[in-house]
Order: sequence, then C-alpha cells, then structure tokens
Amino acid sequence: MAMNTQGRPSAPLHTPDPGAYDDTFSGSRGLDQAEPLIFERQTYDKTGVDFETPKGTKSRLGALERTEDLGLPGLSEPEAMRHYVRLSRKNYAIDIGLYPLGSCTMKHNPRLNEKMARLPGFSDVHPLQPQSTVQGAFELIGELAHWLMTLTNMPTVAMSPKAGAHGELCGMMAIRAALDARGESHRRRVLVPESAHGTNPATAVQCGFFCDEIPAGPDGRVDMEAFKAKLGDDVAAIMLTNPNTCGLFERDIRAIADAIHEAGGYFYCDGANFNAISGRVRPGDLGVDAMHFNLHKTYSTPHGGGGPGAGPTVLSEALAKFAPLPFVIKEGDSWRMVEDEADARAQGAQPFGRMVAFHGQMGMFTRAMSYMLSHGADGLKQASEDAVLNANYILARLKDVMTPSFDGLCMHEALFDDRFLKDTGVTTLDFAKAMIDEGYHPMTMYFPLVVHGAMLIEPTESESKASVDRFCDTLEALAHAAKAGETERFTAAPRFAPAKRLDETRAARQPVLRWTPAASEA
Amino acid sequence: MRYLPLTDADRAEMLEMIGVDSVDALFEDVPQTARLDGPVDLPRHKSEMEVERLLTQISRKNIAASEAPFFVGAGAYKHHIPSSVDHLIQRSEYLTSYTPYQPEISQGTLQTLFEFQTQVALLTGMEVANASMYDGSTACGEAVLMACRITKRRKAILSGNLHPHYAAATHTLAKYMDIEIKDDAAKPGGLDDIAADIPDDVACVVVQNPDVFGQVHDLEPIAKAAHEKGALLIAVFTEAVSLGLMKTPGAMGADIVVGEGQSIGVGLQFGGPHVGLFACRNDRNYIRNLPGRLAGETVDADGRRGFVLTLSTREQHIRRDKATSNICTNSGLMTLAWTIHMSLLGDTGLRTMAQLSHEKACELADRLSAISGVELVTDAFFNEFTLRLPKNAADVVEALAEKGVLGGVPASRLYPGKGYDDLLIVAATETNTDSDLDAFEAALKEVL
Repeated sequence: MAMNTQGRPSAPLHTPDPGAYDDTFSGSRGLDQAEPLIFERQTYDKTGVDFETPKGTKSRLGALERTEDLGLPGLSEPEAMRHYVRLSRKNYAIDIGLYPLGSCTMKHNPRLNEKMARLPGFSDVHPLQPQSTVQGAFELIGELAHWLMTLTNMPTVAMSPKAGAHGELCGMMAIRAALDARGESHRRRVLVPESAHGTNPATAVQCGFFCDEIPAGPDGRVDMEAFKAKLGDDVAAIMLTNPNTCGLFERDIRAIADAIHEAGGYFYCDGANFNAISGRVRPGDLGVDAMHFNLHKTYSTPHGGGGPGAGPTVLSEALAKFAPLPFVIKEGDSWRMVEDEADARAQGAQPFGRMVAFHGQMGMFTRAMSYMLSHGADGLKQASEDAVLNANYILARLKDVMTPSFDGLCMHEALFDDRFLKDTGVTTLDFAKAMIDEGYHPMTMYFPLVVHGAMLIEPTESESKASVDRFCDTLEALAHAAKAGETERFTAAPRFAPAKRLDETRAARQPVLRWTPAASEA
Repeated sequence: MRYLPLTDADRAEMLEMIGVDSVDALFEDVPQTARLDGPVDLPRHKSEMEVERLLTQISRKNIAASEAPFFVGAGAYKHHIPSSVDHLIQRSEYLTSYTPYQPEISQGTLQTLFEFQTQVALLTGMEVANASMYDGSTACGEAVLMACRITKRRKAILSGNLHPHYAAATHTLAKYMDIEIKDDAAKPGGLDDIAADIPDDVACVVVQNPDVFGQVHDLEPIAKAAHEKGALLIAVFTEAVSLGLMKTPGAMGADIVVGEGQSIGVGLQFGGPHVGLFACRNDRNYIRNLPGRLAGETVDADGRRGFVLTLSTREQHIRRDKATSNICTNSGLMTLAWTIHMSLLGDTGLRTMAQLSHEKACELADRLSAISGVELVTDAFFNEFTLRLPKNAADVVEALAEKGVLGGVPASRLYPGKGYDDLLIVAATETNTDSDLDAFEAALKEVL
C-alpha cells in the first residue's frame, strides 16, 4: 500500500460498490462543476466594472431615453471568472488532445500568434484612422497577400472575406462579374461534385447560379466522363475541392481545368483542404481561377469554438480586376487603401462590390502572418508533408480493422466507412460517441455523403508519432470491441463526458432559444 | 521546427509502415507539371524571437488608439475592456475548440452561446437572437435577405443615413439574388423621409439608429408606416453601447434588429474580427428563415439540462442549395468576449458606460462647436456627432493627426463625391479624459 509522508494510506481503503452513490447533492461531480445560467443568480443590481462617477448631465436623448431596465444581470469579477472557467472545463480542445475532425484541420495554435495579434499597433487601431497613421497595418496586409499569392502562384488576392464561405462568395461573385462583363450572363449552371461541402451549393445559389451535381467515380474522384457530359454553353463554373473531401488528390485536375476553360467556364477551387499541399503544390499551376483560404485551418488562427474565420481569396488573371473593394496598393514607399469605386476604376479595376464594412479580419491576418513567418517556405512544406504522412500512417495502421472507403494512399485525411460495423448493432454515431469516453474528439461523421456512415480522420501535422500510435491503438481496440459484441459500450456512450447524449429532436421540435424568467420558474 | 513533433526517425519508420520509400510517393497523384523542385520562393523559418522582432517593428508604424487623444468612430468605437475578458477567451478550452457539434464535450461553448443569445435579445428588446454573424454589415445584408424570404417580396429600401459600408455590403449580398434595393439620399442631421412613401411591394425598410452621422431617431413612426404596407422594419446599430441609454429598437417596433457588437468586449482590431448581432421576433416564419447558428436548450439522457446547436435544417451543411445562407461559422470567440464583458457590466455597468460616453460627447460637441466657423450638424445624438467645418474635413483630420490627435472621420471618406467635404464625424467614449478633450479643442483651433 502506498503511503504519503503523514503515514496515512494514500490509496483507497476499499472499492465502493458500483452504482452506489452515483449522484451528488450539489449536482457537481468533482472537478465537473454544475453551473447555472447567469440569469438564474438574480444579480441585477451588481456590476463587475468600475467607472468614474458620471457628472449627471441631463441627457440630450429626450423621449428616446430608456426608462426601464433591460434585465441584464451583472457579475463581480470573481464570480465572472468562476462562471466562465467552470464552463470552459466542459469543452474539449486541441490543447487537451487529438482532434481528428476531417476537413477542419484542427492543428496546434501557437501562442506567439496570440501575442503578436495583441500588439497595440495591430489590435488597438481603428479601420478609419487617417491612412498615414496605419501604414504598418497596410504593410502587414500587403506582406500576407504576397505570401498567399506566392504559395498559390496566383496574381491577385482579395483579403476582405470574413470566413471560408465568404471567400467562396467572393470567388463566385468574381466569376459572375466576369461572365456578365463577357456578355455571357446566361451561363448559370455550376457543376458541383456530390462530395462537396454544403457551403459550395449554398454559395452558388447566392450568386444567382443553380447547381448540377457530378457523381463520384468508384475511386472517390470526379467521374471524368460524367463531368464532360455535363459541359455546355450554359456552364458558368465548376466548384471543386482539392484534395477532395474523401482525402484524395484529383489526379485529373489539369484535364478538368482545361475542359472547363474550353467550355467557357471557370474553375473555383475550395481551399478548405489546402493544408495537404501548402508549400508543395501551387493551385495556379493546376489551372485554378479562384480559391479561398481558410486561415483558421491551414494557417492556424484559432477556431475559437466556431469562429472567427478569415477567407482571403486568390483570383486568376481572368478574374483579378473584379476583386471586391477595398484593396491595398503600394505607391512608392507608402501604402494606400483603395476604398471606393471611382478610385478603383482609376486603377483599372472593376470591383464587383464591397463585401464587408472596413478591410477584413486583421486580427486573423496578424496571427496567420506570425505562423507563416515562423514556418517559412521550408516549414510550410514540411508541415504539409507531415500532415499527409500522419494521415497515411493512420490509414495503414487501421486498414485491417476498419474499412477504408477507397484503395491506395490518401492525402491529409483518411476516409473510412461503416462496413466494419456491419451486424454489430453499432453505428458510426455510436462509435464516435465511444471515442469521447476514450478521451478523443470524434472524427467528422457522415460526411462526405458519397460513402455510407463516413468517418473522416484528419490528424494534422501537430501530432507526434506516439500520439498517433495511442490514437490508433484506441480505435483498434474499439473496433475489436464492436465486433466482439460489446454493443453497450457504444450505445450507452458517452458515459464519462460532462453530459450524456443530448435530445436534439426535442431541441428542434420545441425550440428554447433563450432564457426567460417563466421558463426558469416552471 | 518548433511546431512539428515528428522526428526524421519517426518519419522513416512511418513511411516503412505505409510501405513507400519516400514522402514524395505520397504525392504521386499530383500532376508531374505541378510538382515543385523545392520550397516556394519565400524566406526560411524563423525563431520566435525573430518573428516577434519583425512584427513588432511593423506594428510600430501604426499609431494605436491608446497612444493619442482618440475620437474616431463611424462604425467602430474604442471602449474600455476589463482585463479578465481577454484572459478568459485565451483559455485553451475556448480558444482551441471547434464548432460545438459534439454537445457532450462542448457544453462550455454551448451554454455561453445560449447566454449570449439571451443577452442580445434583452439588449435589443427582441424575443430571440442567433449565435452571431461575421459583423454588423453582413448581418444587415442577411437581414434584408431574410425579410425578403419572410414577406415573399423582392424589394428593400435603405435609409441614406445607413453606414455606407453596410449599404454596400447589403447591395453585394443581394446583387445576384433578384432583389431590388433602393437607396434614399443621405441627410446629415436629419433623416430621409423613408416612412412617407413606402410602396406596397417592399419587403423591408432599413434604418440605422443612431445613424452614421450620430443623429438619433424615433423609429416608431417608421415601424408603423412599414407595417401598414406589410413591410418589416430592420433597425441597425453600429454602437451597441448606445442601447445602454436608449429605448430599445424592439420597444420602437422593429421586426429584425442587427448591429455591430464590437464596442463590447472585442476592441477595434483594425476592423475585424468583430461580431454581428442579429435579433428578431419569435415567430415560426422568422425562426425558420433565420441565417446563422442557434444554440437551444434540451436535456441529456439522464434528464439533465444541456444545450445543443439546433434547427440546423436551415443551414448549408444539411440543406445545401436550399439553405437560408451559405454561412458556416459564427464569430465564436468574439461572441464569448462580448458575453463575458456584458456579464461583467450588467444593466448597471452598461448604463454607466453609456452615460459617460454620452456626457463626454455632449461636452466635446459644445466645446468644438463654440470654435468660430464650426457648426454642430446633429442636434440629438448619443456619443457621436457631426460638425461642419470651415475647411476640408479630410485635410483637417490629417493636420490633427500631425498634432497627435486622432480627431474623427471625414464624411467624404464614407460618401466620396457627395459634397460632404466639410463634414467631420466625431465620437467620444468613457475612455476619453478631460485632457483628451482639451487637446482636441486646442488642436482644432490651431488647425482651422
């Protein structure tokens, strides 16, 4: 028996009966604290922010001044700290463990980037300050643009899109503007592979296009014959993710680009999976006309629980002049932001419009720049190679216990389907929830739609071999357990998470989207 | 390379396990013509020290708001943010987590989103709110598209006193959606007569309050006029702190309220990331047509309360080309910053912050408009007002900057070529000290 320095036994004296006292009086479970909503504390007369005392000047708002309270509770600083720290502990995060969400590129977020983004000269600067007082901000945008154009071998990049889907909108609007300028507004059909992200068809529709789906071939790639059969003089573009959402490089990408160009359309590339090839393959060499980056994927700006993203979009020579406002240009030694249409036209541009107030996600630009400078050309290439290596290693280690959807190698993510679970009574969802009990965030499930019960695993380059090995050991063990009939291990999962499975049907059928006093009393 | 854990020995072992002899073999599907011989033409990797040195040098070429008497607004405002906010949003569990699609291990993010939605609804006087949009301008555009879906009409009228960037972003979003958008003419210090002549086939009218020149308005008559024609009123704000002192847009009859949340918790950030707030009526037709994410309450298998992302059948990952919007993120971490700051403020703190901002602006407006040749254009305002100067406002702003004062936004920067060359838009907040006001007054006297 282990003893501590006081001589008391430090190991449990007895093992309690399983099932006895599995509840607590407080609702907390050790380090997992029960935490009410801020509205349930009745702290309406409190504030955690001290200010100087107002002079009490009579307001000049007249009848527009509000007389009643809003009902917003306030918390002192210690209460606020505890509330948000307690809640944070109910979240999984990259810093806690491997986060194999396919297509999401959950890589390490270097803290240097956070520090750089918080330099007052970047974070505490107003977008409409006189341009002479923000030359450094323009320089940073210009420098990042240079890196993005060099990595893609493309002549222009629009920096203002706020996220990946916003970048898609930017690229597709540039395509629409180019078609209109050519007098070919009748081209409205956009070819979208069935494996595409949902944002692709949603974006196409927002640009006034309609979608025509291209089936995948048996090798998980675009079916060339089916694609060619769909070409015609009403085709505006193809939207293709490369590497695609099955984790495979489209081998025929040059032929696809040539064919769409020959048919008079443009090639939009969804850059969500650029982490597989960043620093190693340049989309400009593949015939791409437009591609958005997800700076929050490839260049590690933090996902932050769902955002903010940043989606700069590179454009080919054919689309460059339609790039949206605003954009920076260098004149002699100084930088200038071109903000209005007349100024842009004087520069020879024909912007399709402005997508946002101000100039884009500066806070994400500084983080991405810090990441890219840290890696350099050599490190970016190495990062892509390691990401692809890790994914292939997982594919190789698990191919005999799980079912890879396609033969051969993969790029930065490995796709499995649920054939290995056949007749076990365990679904992809159950398998994923059991991973939570094992201390892992599940992989992307049921996407892409081209295989049954998809499980898409993207380890990224941030994992060590030891980490990937432990992950594979765990998945192997789970696969064996499923096949051995340990069904309840899966159907009852997760058992060790802060919450059990949640009733999503109820949430959708009887939506409760905010706290109300009545609901609280009931 | 400090961020890459694999060693060369690991790599060799892994390649062997995979059964290939080099990493190049993993890229065999890349066309021969697109294979690079070596790294791209960019510098090699740098140490943490080198990167820090380089970026700090670039940042020093900017004048930070905290380094000068600062009065720039027009859509982004400098307010005090408590230190605890930035500490909390940098906790790994918030910073490095993904969208909360696995609710069992995302209750932290989901509960804060539910609290955020409630706070936004309370602040705007509306019944429900979503989990945020990219920013105020895109929220405005999405609101117009939503109003068109709800009313099944294809026309919108934008007030001329709507921030021109918001109007432009809305035009862009609607450009290819077969929606006709009419822009009223701007009217500094007043409001275009948007309520007078609303046609029967208009989906919505969009009015900013306080408007881009700082003038405040009673939205009630506009709401009434819109509703008589079956149109919706979309109320927009760019200064969330104004709601600390003003009647809510909900109380004045707005159907959808959108705005920029940046002034609470987020900071200036040179314009992004910010956080778009989006609230509306709790009506089935509205909820079904909402863009963006929603967190909702439910129970887990043990019957304990929990939260999930809900009503996702509106969204692109389920509905694809029939989705309400292509948006696939919210402004996650910025919503967290916003909700933490708002939780610290509460009604009491928010009102004090708003009162102080209003008082400073009133005092500043009085002092500056007492300068010979300077006229106050906006007679009722919250913390931002417009001055008519005897000189070109853009030149004055540059001259003020040379004297170390960041003195506002020339209206011509937002409305180029519209004849507003003598108008200056000035904002004040609780962060301005008496000596800031003194410095601005003295510098403006010298410059004019």
